[in-house]
Amino acid sequence: MALENQIQDLVSLSHMYDSVGDITHEISKLKKKLRRMKHEVFLNLKGWQKTQVARHSDRPYTLDYIQRIFTDFQELHGDRRGGYGPSMVGGLAKFDDQSVMVIGHQKGREPAEKIRRNFGMSQPAGYRKALRLMKLAEKFDVPIITLIDTPGAYPGIDAEEKGQSEAIATNMFSMIDIKVPIIVVVIGEGGSGGALAIGVGDRVMMLEHSVYSVISPEGCASILWDDKEKVKQAAEALCMTATHLLEMKVIDEIIREPLGGAHRNHKQAAVSLRKALRANLKTLIHQSSEELIEKRYEKFRSMGAFSTEEG
Amino acid sequence: MSWFDKLKVKTGLGPKIAKPEIIWIECKGCGEQLYIAEVEKNLKVCPNCDYHFRADARERISYLINPGTFVEHDGDLTSKDPLKFKDKKKYKERLRATFKKGYSHDALISGSGVLGDHPVEISVFEFKFMGGSMGSVVGEKITRCVERAIKNNNPVIVVSCSGGARMQEGILSLMQMAKTSSALKKLSDHKLPYISILTDPTTGGVSASFAMLGDVIFAEPGALIGFAGPRVIEQTINEKLPEGFQRSEFLVDHGLIDNVVHRRDMKKTLNNLLSMLANKPILKTVETHD
Ligand SMILES: [Zn+2]
Repeated sequence: MALENQIQDLVSLSHMYDSVGDITHEISKLKKKLRRMKHEVFLNLKGWQKTQVARHSDRPYTLDYIQRIFTDFQELHGDRRGGYGPSMVGGLAKFDDQSVMVIGHQKGREPAEKIRRNFGMSQPAGYRKALRLMKLAEKFDVPIITLIDTPGAYPGIDAEEKGQSEAIATNMFSMIDIKVPIIVVVIGEGGSGGALAIGVGDRVMMLEHSVYSVISPEGCASILWDDKEKVKQAAEALCMTATHLLEMKVIDEIIREPLGGAHRNHKQAAVSLRKALRANLKTLIHQSSEELIEKRYEKFRSMGAFSTEEG
Repeated sequence: MSWFDKLKVKTGLGPKIAKPEIIWIECKGCGEQLYIAEVEKNLKVCPNCDYHFRADARERISYLINPGTFVEHDGDLTSKDPLKFKDKKKYKERLRATFKKGYSHDALISGSGVLGDHPVEISVFEFKFMGGSMGSVVGEKITRCVERAIKNNNPVIVVSCSGGARMQEGILSLMQMAKTSSALKKLSDHKLPYISILTDPTTGGVSASFAMLGDVIFAEPGALIGFAGPRVIEQTINEKLPEGFQRSEFLVDHGLIDNVVHRRDMKKTLNNLLSMLANKPILKTVETHD
């Protein structure tokens, strides 16, 4: 960014001269201007830009948040049906003094880890593991927190043979009447059914620069425009930003990110997420199972836009 | 809605499929030239090779529901175009074009009727309406169908034929997966049967929600069924897919569905199954279609 370079130049200059008073003043003025500009830029990010921020490889992933927000995390592995599911992580942890079950998609940052985590695209085993952990949480009256960050469920031969569709469907079917609170947060990419498979809850929130969509802009562009290059138009048309989803009442709350996006400041992003989790958990934990389930059902029951007149 | 459309809804008449001048059709199974009237009489199945042609929703209802017993519900629901979606064409225009072809009920017809010896609530997909894609209207109709079943103490039958969620309705179409699955959980708690019938194709968000949640799941022969479409999988793994991959028979082999059932046997199979689940005697009122 040009402004950033300008500041750098002034900083170097200030080291060369003795009378730096004026320059320091100049620097701080420019820094303020930069902050304000960044703020405005990030406030007005469009669908495709948001998608790129949401996919940024320095963005905190599930395990980064777990490490910063929870204590005593005990990871629990496997679906007990012959599958490991490396793209999904989960386990018990302490949140303040409360035991919680944390479950989320996991992407890899380094090349080898990216491959091991299958780029956050879960196999059926991942969804089945997630459900197993949710049932475990339910049995011991432990609230559930899920973190969504996936391009989508894995499209592969193996995944189909092992029932990818059934795994996703069964999760939604089962989550709707789990007897403990479920808080869902989209922390990065909310990719279609692969996201929704851990996305049914009492509170659904999105980080400010995350996205949540029925299909990726790339997929939509190639199907509806017949042109892979039309990603910007597709991202815009799909209305996949947190602001859009809040308007459509698909989510309950937007969690603010540090200036420039969560990838710029993991610590502050975690503080923001922790605050939102704490506030929501506090209200949900006092509700009876019956109340939770009834409201959760109503929440998803009411989603949709239709009329009884011909459009 | 024009008076003509209203008339059609009332009388249950479907749109005309074949123009009078077209009387031959090539079978995609065996390549034979078939006389359309003969194929239609044979429930749109090739008399030579048993290839199952795609059928319209009203045709499928006539294959399964006793004549004169079907009552349509929620036929007046239409999409509100919540995103004001526009790709190369406006979503509104796409909808209007489909209405004009005579498909005024969105991608699903839903209603009550009698299947053999059993009153049932049934929802059947209309592939000709935007590829049978599921948006708010489809999700709402299925949900209401399930709720009606709970109220009337009836089983639910859903015949799927869909490419998945309707992109033009964005996130709200995705949420229909959660909505319909939740309704089915309630049905299950009431111990009412839900039979899911999969036809060619059943993929994406439809496959990954109610279609795979049947107490019993049957598929027509040779139907493409899966989460991801074959093209997407090929692009992702960069290799050719094995012969018969994601076809009904493949799904049976992998333990994913209960059985493959020929269209002519479907009604009888469902009737017997519902009788057994209700622990009622199996009356021989339903015979295999000729
Ligand atoms: Zn044939």
